[in-house]
Amino acid sequence: MSNLEDLYREVILDHYRSPRNRGELETPPAHRVEGFNPLCGDEVTAYLLVDDGVLTDIKMTGHGCSISQSSSSLMSAAVKGKPIEQVRALITTFKKLMTVHESSIESTDSAPLQDVRSLGELAALQGVVKFPVRIKCATLAWNTLNQGLDELDATP
Amino acid sequence: MATGQSVTSFDPRLVRADTPALARIINGRPITYLDSAASSLPPRPVIDAMSRHYERQHANVHRGVYQTANESTQSYEGAREAIARFIHAPDGAEEIVFTKNATESFNLLAKSWGAKNLGVGDVVLLSVMEHHANIVPWFQLRDAVGIEVRFIPVGDDYRLDLSNIEELMKGVRLVSVTAMSNVLGTVTPLQELARIAHEHGALIAVDAAQLVGHAPSNVVDLDVDFFMFSAHKMLGPTGLGVLWTRRDILAEMPPFLGGGGMIADVSTSGYVPAKGPTRFEAGTPPIAEAAGLSAAVTFLEGLGMQNIAQHDRDLTRDALARIDDEFGGRVRIIGPRDTEQRGGVISMDVEGVHAHDVAQVLDQFGVCVRPGHHCAKPLMKRFNLTATARASFGPYSLVSDTDVLIEALNDAVKLFG
Repeated sequence: MSNLEDLYREVILDHYRSPRNRGELETPPAHRVEGFNPLCGDEVTAYLLVDDGVLTDIKMTGHGCSISQSSSSLMSAAVKGKPIEQVRALITTFKKLMTVHESSIESTDSAPLQDVRSLGELAALQGVVKFPVRIKCATLAWNTLNQGLDELDATP
Repeated sequence: MATGQSVTSFDPRLVRADTPALARIINGRPITYLDSAASSLPPRPVIDAMSRHYERQHANVHRGVYQTANESTQSYEGAREAIARFIHAPDGAEEIVFTKNATESFNLLAKSWGAKNLGVGDVVLLSVMEHHANIVPWFQLRDAVGIEVRFIPVGDDYRLDLSNIEELMKGVRLVSVTAMSNVLGTVTPLQELARIAHEHGALIAVDAAQLVGHAPSNVVDLDVDFFMFSAHKMLGPTGLGVLWTRRDILAEMPPFLGGGGMIADVSTSGYVPAKGPTRFEAGTPPIAEAAGLSAAVTFLEGLGMQNIAQHDRDLTRDALARIDDEFGGRVRIIGPRDTEQRGGVISMDVEGVHAHDVAQVLDQFGVCVRPGHHCAKPLMKRFNLTATARASFGPYSLVSDTDVLIEALNDAVKLFG
């Protein structure tokens, strides 16, 4: 049963049971963006408050499996209060983590490992890559955040 | 070949022994396959029939004059006869159209019969418990020709609510409903719906995908007009579906896909479609699959459809009672409790655990169930659900499968506390 423990780490179950930054922000000034996973029905909605290039506040709502909802919670905790460039960089790193094959995580190739270390609590989600059908659950919140930032960029 | 009148004998352990895919070991445990509502597992005779076709007689059907081409054609047309016998088509093989699957059968119905016969102001009446295959083609027809699509509601008892049916029938030209919900297991009152449809001058189409492999199918007794299903849900292969309708209706239906095989004549100025079922079968059909389907029909006839239906009821009654005993309200059954007019499909909503997580934990025990909306989003919305974990039985299922299901469910409930 070791595989399953890789997926459902205690950190993940904790964020699933007690999601951080759960709720809504007033729009405007916040920007609201929704993401769907049409195959399994997972949904997340992100409320983003950006001030002077910094993501000063973020709230998340939604429903879905433990992976999608814990990833949403972990993400909100990791990006809140960060400059947008850092948020973008974290999105890139996280999505790279979700495409790294199991063997290269365990290999001596240090580049992905350093990325994983920089992720802190988020690294708990790395077990998801061993369950390919669940990767889209883990990336849903991140793709939604990315889309929200793109929309904010496009707003004059 | 069995004729279907032979003495039947049914022992699920023998079916299991004859189903090679059930010999798999998954995560160190024997596979517990509880996903027959999505696709059933073919028994050895079905697999052998397809192998034998490729090993001994494969050739394209129709037109060839050499021996194996004749054999291939006979095998393919033989499958039409087997299906006609299986569903009691009154005019035999001439009423059986082969498609890719039940979904394509519905598309054929909407785009051929529907586009010719329906227009602005006409209503197609579906139910809220339909599979998307019996919803989307009608919305496409609505967008193309302006029909109205209407839905029979589903009651809190998980059955069709016909209390307002007279009002709903106004303007209806076609009633198109499932014989059995792939989510709830609910068996619908087809004879009553057929009577209502015909009293109002409408026709009735049936999504029989969940029925054909699990209970006797008799289109004459049901008095329906269209009957659609897939081979792979009745122990047959994927890639092959069926549309049955009466010969007089079929004769008036315009072609669906165009190409070789569906024509009587082609010239530089146009084409004349073929008569009969081949008019709807453009291109090389699934020939080996048809041989597999014939074998599946013979196999099912040998088991006896009444026996299979009784087996489903026994397994379902046992599983519903034991899930209740074990989990109380923690695992909620989304479907009728009464095992009459109900099939062997058990949708579960586990409190505090998402269906995908349930299915993930169950996989560790080699238990195959399906999480998700089961291509029935209007029904999920009706019951305020986004997903259920669905276990479903086949003729090879045993009470011991339910034992493993409950053991694994216990683990899922424990893990998510």
